[in-house]
Amino acid sequence: MSIDRPTVAKIASLARIKMTDAELDRMAPELSAILDWVEQLGEVDTSEVEPMTAVIPNTLRLRADEVDADPRTGGDRRDDVLANAPVAEHGFFGVPKVIE
Amino acid sequence: MSDYRIQGATGEWEVVIGLEVHAQVTSNAKLFSGASTAFGAEPNTQVSLVDAAMPGMLPVPNRECIRQAVRTGMAIEAQINKYSRFDRKNYFYADLPQGYQISQLYHPIVGEGQLTIEADEKAGIPEDKVIGIERIHVEQDAGKLMHDQHPTMSYVDLNRCGVALMEIVSRPDMRSPAEAGAYVRKLRTILRYVGSCDGNMEEGSMRADVNVSVRRPGPISDENPFGTRTETKNVNSVRFVMQVIEHEANRQVDLIEDGGTVVQETRLFDPNSGTTRSMRSKEDAHDYRYFPDPDLLPLELEDSFLDECRASLPELPDAKRARYIDELGLSDYNASVLTAEVETFARFETLLAETAKRLGKDEKTVATQVANWSLSVAPGVMKSLGDEADPSHATAEAQAEILRMQDAGEISGGQAKEIYEIVLRTGRDPAEIADTEGLKQQSDTGAIEAVIDEVLAANADKVEEYRGGKDKLFGFFVGQTMKAMQGKANPAVVNQVLKAKLG
Repeated sequence: MSIDRPTVAKIASLARIKMTDAELDRMAPELSAILDWVEQLGEVDTSEVEPMTAVIPNTLRLRADEVDADPRTGGDRRDDVLANAPVAEHGFFGVPKVIE
Repeated sequence: MSDYRIQGATGEWEVVIGLEVHAQVTSNAKLFSGASTAFGAEPNTQVSLVDAAMPGMLPVPNRECIRQAVRTGMAIEAQINKYSRFDRKNYFYADLPQGYQISQLYHPIVGEGQLTIEADEKAGIPEDKVIGIERIHVEQDAGKLMHDQHPTMSYVDLNRCGVALMEIVSRPDMRSPAEAGAYVRKLRTILRYVGSCDGNMEEGSMRADVNVSVRRPGPISDENPFGTRTETKNVNSVRFVMQVIEHEANRQVDLIEDGGTVVQETRLFDPNSGTTRSMRSKEDAHDYRYFPDPDLLPLELEDSFLDECRASLPELPDAKRARYIDELGLSDYNASVLTAEVETFARFETLLAETAKRLGKDEKTVATQVANWSLSVAPGVMKSLGDEADPSHATAEAQAEILRMQDAGEISGGQAKEIYEIVLRTGRDPAEIADTEGLKQQSDTGAIEAVIDEVLAANADKVEEYRGGKDKLFGFFVGQTMKAMQGKANPAVVNQVLKAKLG
């Protein structure tokens, strides 16, 4: 499968990655090569094989409906959450104005 | 069939409506983290490292959110998918730190279902109508942006980010603003019964994306297919949903009749002007590049889990309404009003049980009396008092006692209201009020007979006329007797004694 230059430019824009013309030129054949490589999997007949979602047999674990039971996955830690923000004011993240 | 039509310059147009309702799942913690979902907290205080999308954090689904989605599916008679998956919907926006929303595109947890909207002649819904529901899936809510707090920046609060939503997608089965309004109200009623969403549209617990298109009336065919639809996002009241449909339908008809074509696009509703406008900036963001979330295994539900979900469902609105009509003998109207809101039926059923107990009668015998009291008498008294009424005094015990005294003939309907007024103001005991305030009617036959004897003796001429055939004078004697007893005589006893004496 061949990825052309406009497709690379579109993917880059959707991913908010800024790319120069030279990078776009280089990326188009690279992405094509990756897809070609993955497409080799299509050569194997898997019509009789169950889809596999994990390499070890496992089921999705569910959590109990408890607030802040574990500090690592609970709230009430605003300072930590905001610590890396380029701008934080009055407890909010500050971002360039986005308005519809 | 709805006969709602837009009258265009070139003839009539039918409106086709589908709704995607986002309902916030009632849970303590978020869909994939342990942060609280409580409304109105200080900004960013209910954000976990998972919700803030810190590197290395993994989502683990909240069992309660899954349970509530399944129970909701069961309440709309839907197929429950024992196998479902989570997918990533990728887009960049400042309210979404992950850069993707975890949702369910390919394998939703709930499949095909339906609900019934009730006939409402006045609203142009001539008969009950079944509205198809395509699916319900579970997904994360985004954060909240505030644009008016700073001249050059938007502020971001991630407290809502990661809260569980159910997206409930209807079929394009509605044909008028009234049908869409009835659908949203019915859905909200069901969610409240089930307890899976509080249905509070003002706080944003429930909001709708409104899909509207127009076409010529008649069966769907290749020559007359569905029109191109627009989707108006985030409409947060029943009234606004109806306004959006009316405005969009008229806009599309004008556009087509002026030679234009409707563009499939996302639009925004402006409540101040009642109009919609295009959200062009989001156009190219529509390439969401969905793919299965590699952080989450498929969700596989056990039969025991489904059994528990089903067993925990309450009696649902349609069943309750039918029971009120068939078993309690209530009118269609009373049954509809009493079952529309959870709070209403809960109060009614408590009062009904208490009244039946005090009267020593079965519920069916007293149901109509209790329904009339609950829907008309009690709200009337409450309203007339305004701020003077303390709703906490409106206990089932007090109201049942008033109904008992009235049923026993101890007080009249008017006295019941007066007693209830005092109850609402002061919280005093109804029986005590009746005694001390003289709000009791005289049912003692002897006392009434004595008064009637006096009335008849003082009006001997009228008694002659009555016996001569002037039947209408009966009312006069009743009036005189009541007047003599300051209106406190039991009218049934007065009638009975008068009939006997006048022969």
